[in-house]
Amino acid sequence: MIKQRACAGTLESSDIYVEIAPAEEGSGLALDITSVVFAQFGEDIERVIRETLKELDVTDASVRVSDRGAVDCTIRARVETAVCRAKGEK
Amino acid sequence: MRRSMLFLPGNSPNILLNANYLGSDSIILDLEDAVAPTEKDSARILVRNAIQSLGYTKEIIVRINPIDSPYWEKDLQTIVPIKPDMIMPTKVSGAEDIRTIAAYITKLEEELGLEVGRIKLIPLIETALGVERAFEIASADPRVTCIFLGGEDFTADMRCVRTKPGNEIFYARSRMVVAARAAGVEVMDTPWTDVEDYEGLIEDAKLAKSLGFSGKASISPRHIPFINEVFSPTEAEIQYAKDVMETIEKAKAEGKGVVSLRGKMIDAPIVNRARQVLEAAEAIKGGR
Repeated sequence: MIKQRACAGTLESSDIYVEIAPAEEGSGLALDITSVVFAQFGEDIERVIRETLKELDVTDASVRVSDRGAVDCTIRARVETAVCRAKGEK
Repeated sequence: MRRSMLFLPGNSPNILLNANYLGSDSIILDLEDAVAPTEKDSARILVRNAIQSLGYTKEIIVRINPIDSPYWEKDLQTIVPIKPDMIMPTKVSGAEDIRTIAAYITKLEEELGLEVGRIKLIPLIETALGVERAFEIASADPRVTCIFLGGEDFTADMRCVRTKPGNEIFYARSRMVVAARAAGVEVMDTPWTDVEDYEGLIEDAKLAKSLGFSGKASISPRHIPFINEVFSPTEAEIQYAKDVMETIEKAKAEGKGVVSLRGKMIDAPIVNRARQVLEAAEAIKGGR
């Protein structure tokens, strides 16, 4: 359960900045993705973010990310960190 | 084979991506000093994912936070499941620190159904008390296979200035090597902290090797080739070792008890040394 707004990651090269905020129950996931490689990998980035949120049982949230060319394991790490912080599990 | 080990900050994706290609025999992914207190959670998860996904072929060491911090248990909970080669406990001041950490790793391994004891420990000794207790630390638990001197924190604890000649850490270095060899474990030397001074680095590494250190840590990838070279056997050393082994084999076949090579008697310590040189040369050739 997302309790509070939280963020993780940086805007450095190969990293991704993730910001997550609570949303009304049943409203689903609202994703806003910007990336330096959006044309080539936008769909992959979205898929990795959605998979990670699903694994973490996040069904309703507003998620904004700014990607600087992060690989999958970095995207997963930053999303997980942001979710843990938003759940108050830091 | 561990001639060099390179410290890399655990919360920098760009650096973690390149970690395998920086030339060191071991990679230390740092969760301690290189990570701000507000980012400990972030670094743990990133390091875990990097080890899981990036296919590192080098020896992987994860440096965890000290046991008097609120982070070390969470560090281990996150990192033990992915089975790094080694964990580096920090600010270790006695055998009890090692037993506490080893017991916690064992508990996690049992809960996760992992092989117990596979993850080794390389305690970072960086206090006056730790140096005085180096032998008890090195022999505290079978997981300890190497000990490592941290010169910067040690000199701060000693209230003296860290200098390039290193006279202030000479005793600590000697004591660490004796303790490690007495306990039957390896021993790594403190990093050279002037990134641009390669001549100083080479001299410092040669001194460490002459004292008996197995290798040296580094905070800069640019130091790695120099450290590897200093801690690798030379061609002449390898040839001499081969000659020693040949002479010994020949003597055995001829039933001779005492033999000499180039006018010098070959006894057990010389044979052991030759064997170590050949093993090191083989390990370097094999890439690990």
